[in-house]
Amino acid sequence: MNLFLSLFSISLSAILAENFILVKFLGICPFMGVSKKSDTAIGMGVAVTFVMGLASAATWAVDHYLLAPLELGYMQTVVFILVIAALVQLVEMFLQKAMPALYQALGIYLPLITTNCAVLGVALLNIQNGYSFIESVVYGVMGGVGFTLAIVLFSSVRERLEDCDCPKCFKGFPIALIAAGLLALSFMGFSGFKVF
Amino acid sequence: MNNILSAVLVLGIMGAVFGAVLAIASKVFAVKVDERLPLLKEALPGANCGGCGYAGCQAYAQAVLEGKAEIGLCAAGGAEASQKMAQIMGVEAEAFERKVAMVKCRGHNHSFKGEYEGIPDCRSAMFVTGDGPSACPNGCLGFGTCVSVCKFDAIHIEKGVARVDADKCTGCMQCVEACPRKVIVPVTYNTDIVIACSNLARGAYTRQVCDVGCVGCHLCEKQCEYDAIHVLNNLAVIDYSKCVSCGRCAAVCPRRLISDFNLRTDMDAAPL
Repeated sequence: MNLFLSLFSISLSAILAENFILVKFLGICPFMGVSKKSDTAIGMGVAVTFVMGLASAATWAVDHYLLAPLELGYMQTVVFILVIAALVQLVEMFLQKAMPALYQALGIYLPLITTNCAVLGVALLNIQNGYSFIESVVYGVMGGVGFTLAIVLFSSVRERLEDCDCPKCFKGFPIALIAAGLLALSFMGFSGFKVF
Repeated sequence: MNNILSAVLVLGIMGAVFGAVLAIASKVFAVKVDERLPLLKEALPGANCGGCGYAGCQAYAQAVLEGKAEIGLCAAGGAEASQKMAQIMGVEAEAFERKVAMVKCRGHNHSFKGEYEGIPDCRSAMFVTGDGPSACPNGCLGFGTCVSVCKFDAIHIEKGVARVDADKCTGCMQCVEACPRKVIVPVTYNTDIVIACSNLARGAYTRQVCDVGCVGCHLCEKQCEYDAIHVLNNLAVIDYSKCVSCGRCAAVCPRRLISDFNLRTDMDAAPL
């Protein structure tokens, strides 16, 4: 029961109160880059969720069974980058062979995610917060869900912005950045809550 | 010293292991790709305009390779692309006729039923005002939905009407699809005689709301020696199988709406 409660609170904070994009400001690049249309945003969100969950599991194992015993904690960043990059490459090859449909759907997003700071961020935060294996995976997946939520919300805002009559100097990226700022402000509202 | 050694060793070994695993995986999970696919893709312009009916150039190349699509659907690539593709696939290329989009409306001076101040988009205007704010039931609304879908910067709003730059137009016909009023139609490049009006309303009404709309006066029909132009549903229509481009209908049209494909001649001339 205790585990369930802690997982629930981890999920809630990962999705809302500590949303990776809008509160922690990790993974801004795809957030601005792939949010022009809702369907590509969903594709990106699913791919990020998938990779974040996988990366959390792999990096936790590497940290606990390799780095911790050898007292190489200071090498986390470089080792995690290596692990994540290799993992994504492997998954991509596997998908292309085994599930061409899913590979097509995820398309160019998978390799794009390789060096995404949200993925590296979740790996480092798992260790910093001292999560167990299950907690780490849940935090990774839910962080990805939070990412998806933010990017899908933002893409629907941007679809509306396309039709808006905004001043010429604000057209395109400037107005999108302002909208992103407002969205982040509204998510700050969640951080006042303490869950359990 | 020990610390540095173990760090270097760990990272080195991990890198070597990952490299080996990836190398093995690339062999195990190798997917065979037909060598003609990249060639076909290269022959296409790569604009991903969707004019062929596929999601993009890659999808079209794939479809051609699998025999699901014909060669020569790519309007943007034109004759050159279809010839190259035919060469790659080892078949004869069929003759390619260049088509461009044309806006069948000269539009200036048309009057409005009321003022529309919503989203500046024709589809929205059609939806909100019940078939569009303009008094003419078929004319160009001029909010530029076609402009926003054009990937080649070939269509613009001039004096409240969409106008195609035929030299830039690749014939992908995205604007034809997007136009909610179906004012934009494909025409053969270099056609000498086109009707620049889509209005199907009766002549008396057209006369009231538009200075340059077809009123169905039949003058062109009477003038034509080749039985190539007829007034159907209050609008002149050309039968291109009979038309010889003599231009006599254009000379006699009181509304000056018969023009060449570029709609450049007499565009600004006052109606007779």
